[in-house]
Amino acid sequence: MSEKGMKLNLKIWRQKSSKDKGGFVDYKVENISPNMSFLEMLDVLNEKIILEGGEPIAFDNDCREGICGMCGLYINGRPHGPQSGTTTCQLHMRSFRDGELITIEPWRCGAFPIVKDLIVDRSALDKIIMAGGFISVSTGAAPEANTIPVPRDDSGNSMDAAQCIGCGACIAACPNASAMLFTAAKISHLGLLPQGQPERKKRALSMVKAMDDAGFGGCTNHGECEAACPKNVSTKFIARMNRDYISAGLTEEPEKE
Amino acid sequence: MMNRLFEIINSSIGRKVIMAITGIVVVGFLLGHMTGNLLVFKGPDAINHYAEFLQSKPLLIWTNRIVLLVSLILHIWAATTLTLDAWNARPVPYASSQRILETTYAARTMRWGGPIIALYVIYHLLHFTVGRVGPQHFEGDVYMNIVTGFRIPYIAGFYIICMLAIGFHLYHGIWSFFQTLGANHPLYNPLRRIIAVAIALTITAGFISVPLGVIFRVIGGDIP
Ligand code: HEM
Ligand code: FES
Repeated sequence: MSEKGMKLNLKIWRQKSSKDKGGFVDYKVENISPNMSFLEMLDVLNEKIILEGGEPIAFDNDCREGICGMCGLYINGRPHGPQSGTTTCQLHMRSFRDGELITIEPWRCGAFPIVKDLIVDRSALDKIIMAGGFISVSTGAAPEANTIPVPRDDSGNSMDAAQCIGCGACIAACPNASAMLFTAAKISHLGLLPQGQPERKKRALSMVKAMDDAGFGGCTNHGECEAACPKNVSTKFIARMNRDYISAGLTEEPEKE
Repeated sequence: MMNRLFEIINSSIGRKVIMAITGIVVVGFLLGHMTGNLLVFKGPDAINHYAEFLQSKPLLIWTNRIVLLVSLILHIWAATTLTLDAWNARPVPYASSQRILETTYAARTMRWGGPIIALYVIYHLLHFTVGRVGPQHFEGDVYMNIVTGFRIPYIAGFYIICMLAIGFHLYHGIWSFFQTLGANHPLYNPLRRIIAVAIALTITAGFISVPLGVIFRVIGGDIP
């Protein structure tokens, strides 16, 4: 690397709107600090594009600290790039070589239509949450700690599932574009807690239905989702969702008309 | 009531459960079939008497055939519809080739292995059961049919390749079976792999030993 920082060759998906066909455009950036985040590198590129009178590249982001789940990019064949357990905004340019060619694509999934360039519409995930990713009682003010006992392992597992930030990397990574890791995480983090018990079966049935209706593929146990997940959510929750779904399917009484 | 049942079975998880259960039924059959085949190492009488014994129990044979046929049809239905769902779920593919992190060769070839195995099963039935393809068919003489069949190198080779394909399919299938039915626990997850490898290896090695035995004249060495 020279004194002036890294030089990179970028191949970026550009698409004007959901109707546009879209295609790759090649860019070059120079003077990139290895300590910049991936999004800061794109900011530098966008400033250059704007100065040259062009249309900046649209990409989603919000918190830039790895908690909101907005910033998913498919970088060199991996969601969120080469570093495991990391969102795109937390990925640093030192993870790349000087002069490297970096290909950047949007999440590819029929249920995630492209809005513009690298931005996809992930409303399909909201629909899954709306189908049952909640607890429908008024909880009032925060209760006294320890009034509802929660076994330690359950709270730990529930927290592990609740790590999911809904970024969609699992779907982007899955060869079947399946949303089972996302749905399983959401079903499990509520289903592991006492407050989640009354609606546990109904939740499993309706969230899986919403997932299927949105047009995601099915799981064939490749394990790519867990490997791509910036929060390392485990596929053991998919097995748990299967258990919940099977037992709900066999025992939950359909609602009265 | 039935609508509800169909809805559950028709869901993505429901069809995976169907695939898992029907797959395991066939695995059970394969274990029995393979063990029976090994009788060929004990000579013509052992295997031919075993075949006669089975033929003398039509109820047993036909129940077995119907259960297997229904299982295979349901398995193929679930696999085909889930495959189409998965293809529809990503209409535009990625330009960069995906960096593989976790998935195995066996997992990625399930959709190749399945149809290859189905074609193999048809060929296999036409060869040994019906006797329409392959060399001269000796009705009722299983031993002779095995020896003359596997003395033809391309037939033995084809069987061996298909058995390897079945081995890969079963390895990922059996491992998936546990996950699909919700059996996933840190204490016995290593055991899941061991069981999958052990069953897949036993079935593959057991079946392959027969054509190899014929090629190396361990079986039918006295037949010119
Ligand atoms: C056209 C024929 C077939 C097709 C298309 C097919 C396809 C598939 C697919 C796609 C899976 C899903 C694996 C996963 O969840 O990752 C599967 C699983 C399985 N297959 Fe097949 N297969 C076929 C025939 C067979 C045969 C002949 C056998 C037995 C010799 C068999 C045994 C299994 C087993 C045990 C599973 C595990 C089910 C699970 O839990 O997912 N399959 N098959
Ligand atoms: S921008 Fe919020 S997680 Fe990356």
